[in-house]
Amino acid sequence: MIDVQNLSFSYAGFPGMALRGITLAMPKGQLCSIVGPNGAGKSTLCYALSGFIPHFYRGVLKGTVRVSGLDVAESSLGELAGAVGIVVQNPFNQITGARFTVFEEVAFGLENLGVPRDEIISRVAESLALTGLDSMHDQSPFALSGGQQQRLAIAAMIAMRPAVLILDEPTSQLDPIGTREVFGVLRRLAADQHTTIVLVEHKLEWVAAYSDRVIAIVRGQIVADGTARDVLTSDLIEEIGVGSTRLTRAARLARAQKLVDSQAALPVTLVQTIDFFEQKDR
Amino acid sequence: MGESIRIEQVAFTYPTGIRALRGVSASISPGEAVAIVGENGAGKTTLARHLNGLLHPTSGHVLIGDWDTSKHTVAQLATRVSYSFQNPDDQIFERTVRAEVTFGPRNLGFSADEMESAVQDALSQVGLLSEIDHHPYDLQLSQRKLLTLAATLAMRTPIVILDEPTTGQDAPGVRRIAEIVEHLKAASHTLITITHDLDFAAEHFERVIVMAGGLIIADGPAHDVLAQESTLAAALVDPPQMVRLALALGFDSIPLTPEEFVLALKNKSGRSS
Repeated sequence: MIDVQNLSFSYAGFPGMALRGITLAMPKGQLCSIVGPNGAGKSTLCYALSGFIPHFYRGVLKGTVRVSGLDVAESSLGELAGAVGIVVQNPFNQITGARFTVFEEVAFGLENLGVPRDEIISRVAESLALTGLDSMHDQSPFALSGGQQQRLAIAAMIAMRPAVLILDEPTSQLDPIGTREVFGVLRRLAADQHTTIVLVEHKLEWVAAYSDRVIAIVRGQIVADGTARDVLTSDLIEEIGVGSTRLTRAARLARAQKLVDSQAALPVTLVQTIDFFEQKDR
Repeated sequence: MGESIRIEQVAFTYPTGIRALRGVSASISPGEAVAIVGENGAGKTTLARHLNGLLHPTSGHVLIGDWDTSKHTVAQLATRVSYSFQNPDDQIFERTVRAEVTFGPRNLGFSADEMESAVQDALSQVGLLSEIDHHPYDLQLSQRKLLTLAATLAMRTPIVILDEPTTGQDAPGVRRIAEIVEHLKAASHTLITITHDLDFAAEHFERVIVMAGGLIIADGPAHDVLAQESTLAAALVDPPQMVRLALALGFDSIPLTPEEFVLALKNKSGRSS
């Protein structure tokens, strides 16, 4: 669904490479999280997967990115719009400013894709329900809170039913309930509609609980790629400044002080950590 | 260095008719570090905006030291309280990082020397000294958040309010903010944070206030409040990870940090063997 071959990119006017030799394949329906310190190239990768690079951000691009069978560099943004959706880091930047209500905002993309009227209405209603915004549909997008705007940006993307959905820190403004709702929506999209999801996220406990796969990036390069448990408990991940969850830290400390005999791999989720300390294999 | 805060039966209704605060009272002593937690819409930010006079109570009083906020201007209150906004883009308005951080100290009447040292100090604490001549919008969102934090620190006020300081930060960013918090505590500032990050609250704040539906539903030492599962559930807040783990494993004492957890584990295995 996503096929990236030897991708490198440097922004016009900025020295240094933002991405260096990224090769990456992602099947349909996979929920993959990208972790890494700020400035590692996570947002740049999101832009490259969604066509913002090279169509909006200029620079030197090497290698190829194919999404849903489209070569991103050779396809127009219009062609890409139906195949890949992106939710950018600051939701405020994503609101069109051209629509007066939440309902119209979500309908905007569908109108541009030429979706029939009845279907627009049903898809918008479905997206607003999925993101918990159904009671807001007549409000101005600018009257919403930060968290609600963030969910609005997600609703607008979901409505377009892209095969690939890219989200850059989609829960940064959300409380734990909002975060849970967003992760729940993403998991349902991956499971039910086989949407391929790429997620940049700092909240490691959520990444650990919901991702099929975790990729770590540092200085524009992939340095780890595997299950959440493998990647997020590795020593490397600590060294590169991603840190580890408190649960992993507790288990690591207990093992270092020989308080557990457990030979099990270090845990990342609450359930894994309970098993680790009760010395059960599940 | 710190200053006291008294919140007396404060109710607040927005012009839209939303009753954001329904009678809250709390008393905060000079030098205390308090985390206010609760779901979005619980009234946390509304309460914080009463402390620097951006909002005035519909009924009740807020006292900063001996000043009633309703009888003092925001500019006067700024000598005692600084406030770092949740969304940095609501706060930033200058064209350079230096100008943004200098704005507060200049308006507080710092001398040129004091101003320069306050700005340098604050920027070095948040790690943005190398960006001093850049435009704030050339910074990443997480750096803009640190910039607003620097602008707050530079004012050197007795009371510092940080609204969601860890939002959007990576692990090194969170560590940096934790260091700043510890530094402010060591210098005896009165420190208030609003946060969704209960693990962060658990590790750095001795007192926790839980808000729900415009009311304070719990207020006390972090160890007590963060172990109250039913209160946190009522506020739709998840307990910190270490609390959840300790409860699941049937510990008697509730740890707030991985280090405390390991200590509790040691005591437990010591007793049973």
